[in-house]
Order: sequence, then C-alpha cells, then structure tokens
Amino acid sequence: MNIDYTKELVLVEGNPRLADIDEIITRPLTQPPTRKFYIALSISGAALLIGAYSLWLTLYYGIGMWGNNIPVGWAFDITNFVFWIGIGHAGTLISAILFLLRQRWRTGIARFAEGMTIFAVMTAGIFPVIHLGRPWLAGYLIPYPNQHLLWPNFVSPLLWDVFAVSTYFTVSLMFWYMGLIPDFAILRDKTVDKIKKTIYSIFSLGWRHSNRHWRHYEKTYMIMAGLATPLVLSVHTIVSFDFAVSLIPGWHTTIFPPYFVAGAIYSGFAMVMTVLIFVRKVFDMENIITLNHLERMAKVMLLTGSLVAYAYLMEFFIAWYSQVPAEQYDFWARVVGPYRWAWYFMISCNALIPQLIWFKKVRRSVTMLFVISICANIGMWFERFVIIVQSLSRDYLPSSWHMFTPTLVDFGVLTGSFGLFFTLVLLFAKTMPVISIVETKSVLEGSQPSVHGGSHHE
Amino acid sequence: MNENKVLHSVAALFDTPDKIINAARKVKDAGYTMFDVNTSYPVHGMDKAMGLGQSKIGYVTLFFGFAGAVFIFLFMGWSMAINYPYIVGGKPFFPYQAFIPITFEVTVLCGSIATVVGMLAVFFNLPFLSHPIHGSNYIKEVSVDKFGVVIEAEDPLFDKNKVFEFFKNLGAGKIEFIYEPEKQAIKILQPKFIVFLAVVAALTSFSTYFTLNKLMYIVPFNWMDNQKKSNPQSETNFFYDGYAMRTPVEGTVARGFMPYPFHEQALPSEPLANPTLPTKQILKIGQEKFLTFCSPCHGNYAEGVSRLMGQFPPGPTLHSAKIIGYSDGMIYNIITNGQNAMPSYAYQIPREQRWAIIDYIRVLQRAQNPKPSDFQAIKELNKESGKNVVN
Repeated sequence: MNIDYTKELVLVEGNPRLADIDEIITRPLTQPPTRKFYIALSISGAALLIGAYSLWLTLYYGIGMWGNNIPVGWAFDITNFVFWIGIGHAGTLISAILFLLRQRWRTGIARFAEGMTIFAVMTAGIFPVIHLGRPWLAGYLIPYPNQHLLWPNFVSPLLWDVFAVSTYFTVSLMFWYMGLIPDFAILRDKTVDKIKKTIYSIFSLGWRHSNRHWRHYEKTYMIMAGLATPLVLSVHTIVSFDFAVSLIPGWHTTIFPPYFVAGAIYSGFAMVMTVLIFVRKVFDMENIITLNHLERMAKVMLLTGSLVAYAYLMEFFIAWYSQVPAEQYDFWARVVGPYRWAWYFMISCNALIPQLIWFKKVRRSVTMLFVISICANIGMWFERFVIIVQSLSRDYLPSSWHMFTPTLVDFGVLTGSFGLFFTLVLLFAKTMPVISIVETKSVLEGSQPSVHGGSHHE
Repeated sequence: MNENKVLHSVAALFDTPDKIINAARKVKDAGYTMFDVNTSYPVHGMDKAMGLGQSKIGYVTLFFGFAGAVFIFLFMGWSMAINYPYIVGGKPFFPYQAFIPITFEVTVLCGSIATVVGMLAVFFNLPFLSHPIHGSNYIKEVSVDKFGVVIEAEDPLFDKNKVFEFFKNLGAGKIEFIYEPEKQAIKILQPKFIVFLAVVAALTSFSTYFTLNKLMYIVPFNWMDNQKKSNPQSETNFFYDGYAMRTPVEGTVARGFMPYPFHEQALPSEPLANPTLPTKQILKIGQEKFLTFCSPCHGNYAEGVSRLMGQFPPGPTLHSAKIIGYSDGMIYNIITNGQNAMPSYAYQIPREQRWAIIDYIRVLQRAQNPKPSDFQAIKELNKESGKNVVN
C-alpha cells in the first residue's frame, strides 16, 4: 500500500514483451466466446428487446404511451438523452484532453472509452428523435433547400444541439477509427483466417506501419485531439443551453454550462470505470488495465464529483440571492417537495459518496470503486431527472402544477437504452482490440530507443 | 529466387529500437532516398534519423476549418437575414452572437474531416491493398515485434547486392527480397462477374422500384387523420340517404337570422321602418358601403353618371322626384330583392349596413335639394368654428 506518487506509476504490469501485448489484447478476438460472454450478451440482448418493443409501442401509438403531460413535457426521454450524452463525454476527454496533457496512463483505457463514447452518443441520439412524436420529420432540422423555402432557426439552442451532437459523433467516430487503423493492420498481418483477413484488410486500408505515415499520423492525432478538446467541452455546454436559455425556474441559470460539463465527465468516468472493471476481469487484462489506472480515474471522479457538489450548493445560494420567489420555491421544493426522494438520491450519490475516494484504501479497492461508480451512474441519472421533471412540475403558475408519473413504456425505453449500449460494448469487445495495441507497445518498457535522436515525436 | 519477378525492394529486420534508429540513420547517410522504416508503433526519434521534416498536415486543418467557419457563418446570416427574414424572439435579423455555437461546431467538423480524409486519401494514398509489401513475411514480423527498413528498387543508388551487403554490415537479423505481385489478368466476361452484374442489376432495379413506387407512398401512422367519424361532404352508411351531413328540420330558423318577410316581393314595404339614426358614425359606414357597392352604377354622388357607364346598363339617378319620394323601407326592399337589372345585395351587405346606405342616400339627396333652413344652419356652424364650410 505504500505508493510513491512522486514517480510515474507502472503503465503495464508484469513486464510483458511486445509480442505478448498482441497476444493479451487480441485474445478475446481469437478465442471462441466464453460462457460468461454469452450470459452477458443474453442479458443485454433481453434488455435491448424490451427496449425495441417499447419503442415499437411508442412509434405505433405515439408518445401518449409515455407519462409525459403538460406541464412535464420533457421527462424520461430528455433525461435519458442528457444522461447518455454525458456518458459519452469520458471517451473523448480521455483520448483528447489526457493526450494533450501527456497523460500516458490513458493508453490502457482510451480505446475502450472512445468506443463507449460512440455507443453512448448513438443511444442518446435516439431520444430527441423519438421525442419528436413524428420521428420522420427529424430531417427538417438539417438545413437543406427544401420545397417549403424555409431554413431551420439557427438561433434555437435545440438546433445548436443537432449540430453539436452530430459533430461530436462524427469526430469521435473518426478519432476512434483512426486509432483502429494500425491495430487492424496488426490483426490483418497476424490472422490466418481468410474471411477475417479480408475484413481486416478492408478496414486497415492497406496500412503498412510505414514511418513516413507515422509522421503525419501522429501529427493528425494531435490535431484531432486539439480539435476534440474544445468540442467535448462545447457539446454539454450546448446541451445545457437547451435548459439555461429557457425561462423555467431551476433551468434559467448561468452556472449550467460548466456544471453540466463537470457532471458529464463525472458520469462518463463512472461508466468507463464500471465497464472496465468488468472487462479486465472477463478478458484477463489486469496487467494492462491496472489498479493504477482505476485509481487515477477515481481521482478524476473525485474532482468532477466535487465540482458537481459545488454547483449544487451554488444553485441554492443563487436561488436565495436572486430574490426571485419562483426560483427560491423551486429549489426549496427539491428538498422538501414531492420529488425530494430523487433529490436525496442525487445528493448522496453525486456529492457525498464520491468523497470516499479521498481514502487511499477505498480508491485502491476494486470492489469499492465498482460500488462508487454504480452510485455515480444512478446519481447522475437522477440529477437530470431532478432538473427536468422537478423544475417543469413546479413552474410559475401553481394552478398548472402537475406530477409526472412514468409508464411501463417509459421504463421499457430506459431499459432498452442500457440494452443497446451494453450489447454494442460487448460486441465491440469481442470483435475489435479494446486496448490500443500500438499505444500500449509504445509505452512498454524498452520499446523506445535508449538514446533519443534528439527530437521527440509529436 | 524467381528471376521473372520484378524486384520491388530489399527489406531488413532488426531486433531493437536502438538498432533500427541506427540503421535508419546509416541508410540516410548512405544517400538513399526511396527508403522507409516499418515499425508497428511510432518509434521516437525516427523522423530525425530518417531526415524527415515536420508534417504539413496542419495546414489542411487550418484551411478547411477556417473555410467551414466562414461558410456556415455567412450561410446562417444569409438564410435568416436575406433569404427568409423573420423575427424570432424579438432578436434582430442578423443575431451573430447566436451563430457562435454552430460556427464553432462546423469549424471542428470541417477541420477534422478534412484532416483525416486528407491524410488517409491524399497524403498516404490509401486504401492501397496491393502494395508489394503486403504479401511478404517481412510485414508479418514487423507488425509484431521486429523493426524493419526497406530500400526500394527505384532508388537511384539501388543495387541489389550492394544493398544486401549494406544491410548485413548493419547487423540485420533477416534480409528479404520483396517482389512486385504478379499481375493477374482479370477476364471481364468470366461467369462469376456476369452473375455479379446480374445480381447488382436486379437488386438495383428492385430497390429503385420499391423506393419510388411503394416506399414513397407508405403513409406513416396517421391516427389523427383517420378518425372513426363522418366528415362533412362524405358518405356514410349510418343514415338512410347515405349523406354524412344532415339537413335542418323544415322551417328551422338559425339564431339571429330572422327571415326577410318580403323576400322576392316588389311591393312597397311600408311596414319597414329605418331602425338607424343618421349619426355621424352611421353615415360614415353608409358612405363607405355606398361607394363600394352602389357607386359603380349609380355614381359617386348617386347622380347616375358612373364609371361603368357604357359597359353595363346604367343605374338611374337617385335624385329623381320618384326616388326621393320612396320610403326608406321601399329602398331597403329594392336593395334586398333587386329590381330590373339590379341584382339582390342581400348576401353582400348586412342588414344594418343597408339601412346605413339608405341614410347616406338621404344625405346625398338633401345635398342636391337643400332647404333654406340648411343654409341657415351652415351659416351658424361657420360662425361657431370660424371656417367657411360651404366653400
């Protein structure tokens, strides 16, 4: 337990050779699926089917199948959207911001987190579309010269959202694929199976590990990281504008952009942690995804969780300081009102429980980290629920106050979103290298020349 | 070694990063230019050892990112301020502050797509699956844990044996000759390809037919459109006559619409009395309606000289003694029922306005045939207001 934090911690344990890295990382791809994999896949597949059926009911009968009603016109749908978009923030943060900050420990988790980003954004993207009620009209959000001679309203935060989320998805996908190209090339050169070889050849585009390519590749990777860093911060900022630009008490606050971004990173890291603890166990990758990685992620969670806790307190202060009775009432109703249980969930899961990470014993215990990360996921879902449902159900006019009661279809769609996400994660883990082979090799002991040629790769 | 094949390059494998850096430097110093180093991960310091400068890919990002930003900013401004200007939330037509988020997103989108696509397609010329190196054992070793250097045959200094010796002296583990892949003659008319073409043609035509003739006409769910009720003007099985709409019971009178008792009767309707008083307000309405409906035939001052003169049977003057002698009810009856060439105006002029028109006609008649008392009244008015009304 005595760790010297002044030195850089070991990134890859057990001192494997370069060839071992290939072996460890590609093991899930080359071996037949295990029993554990099938059990996991059937659970997530069942959840996905529940979601598909609920979605079918929603599309067939309309969104009257949900509990949404005036004044709570946004409920589970937008809560889920913001929740999943938030989950999607960890991937790009790890792969871009930590890359720019030269945090080499990111290599073990970056690929996985990027993949999760893409799946989370895909899951999130469903919700605004089905929320439209007439999902086939979503195309009108794209500015194209249509026969109505109308353009979308570029002043609306909801349209900014469309641009932010679609840009984020595209850039994350390219970033992810770009990292996968050299790995696909390694798999292509390794495999003897003809079908696999064809598939890997297509996806590796004929990459040949050339240093004349690496030169541009590394520069591009850095540029992409540089572009993705402000992007990742902008996406949840714009999502928060959906609320902050409106006039509902509890929404109309200037703290929302930084508060949402911190919350998104917090929930994203929590989800990455939850999934990685599973994956390193199921696929025997404890040497590459080490306890040191988990500890560092826990520290990021502690930081962002504390930022979120600060934002919760500041919201209350500003509500009092603003002297706006509706605002003050809304926040008071969070504590003592009919939705107080959600608020208590939120406070305990997001503000109190992560404070345990201050203790070294806790942050080096996989079980505790797993429990904390699950709590954080639950807490962050309730945060969005509190913001959306509680604020809408208690707006300016007491005569229009109304409670929101979710229906079974609401829960079905929520379950389905988890099913979709985890099914995609499992398939990803089985078909693609979930850890970057290239990056892991390059941080291995003895993988770089002992005397640098004077210049450092970008 | 097969002598028929064309030599593409000579490749050498090394075991450690230190050795490959050294080898790359030596190759460069020996004057070779068409050489490359293959490593499964980027080795630090290799760019300098190979004598490569900074990557220029950043300029692609800069150009396309900037172009995207300028385009979308101007496009938003154009669409909201010029092409279809409308006010949203009281903001100006060109609310440039609100354009910032989308401008930023499009900058990132254009910059990153251009960078990645440009790098792969233009800088690397990928996909390039038929590169000779792909068939070799060399790349299989390089991709795991070896480090390789190749000198291509097209290099001006290339000499097969010299390069071989050169690599040997550098301490290379394995040296491999890489040959151009044999050109496979592909017959266009081989049966496989024809079947492939046929399948593509069938699929394309089916999907085109399906999309244009079926998919486009699938009605999305339309519960609101198709409700279980009978719409006006439609058929129904519910009623014996098959009409969805019902006719009112005979003798039904709609609220506020008392029937006109002298409908299509030309008799002088003495029982009708004018319910309006010739106030200023009523006369104003009467003037407006008279000018709208009556003046085309009867003239602006009811003098019978009108702008439809010669195109239409002329309306008579309303200043004749006969018409001056008509009662208000008589004129009302004429407007309502019509007379001779004049059609009924019952559907165009509401009842109160008909009476107002009659009041205005009386004013016009009186103006043509004033009484002495009228002059007296005007004089008094002039005295009060200090103006000369008559002139």
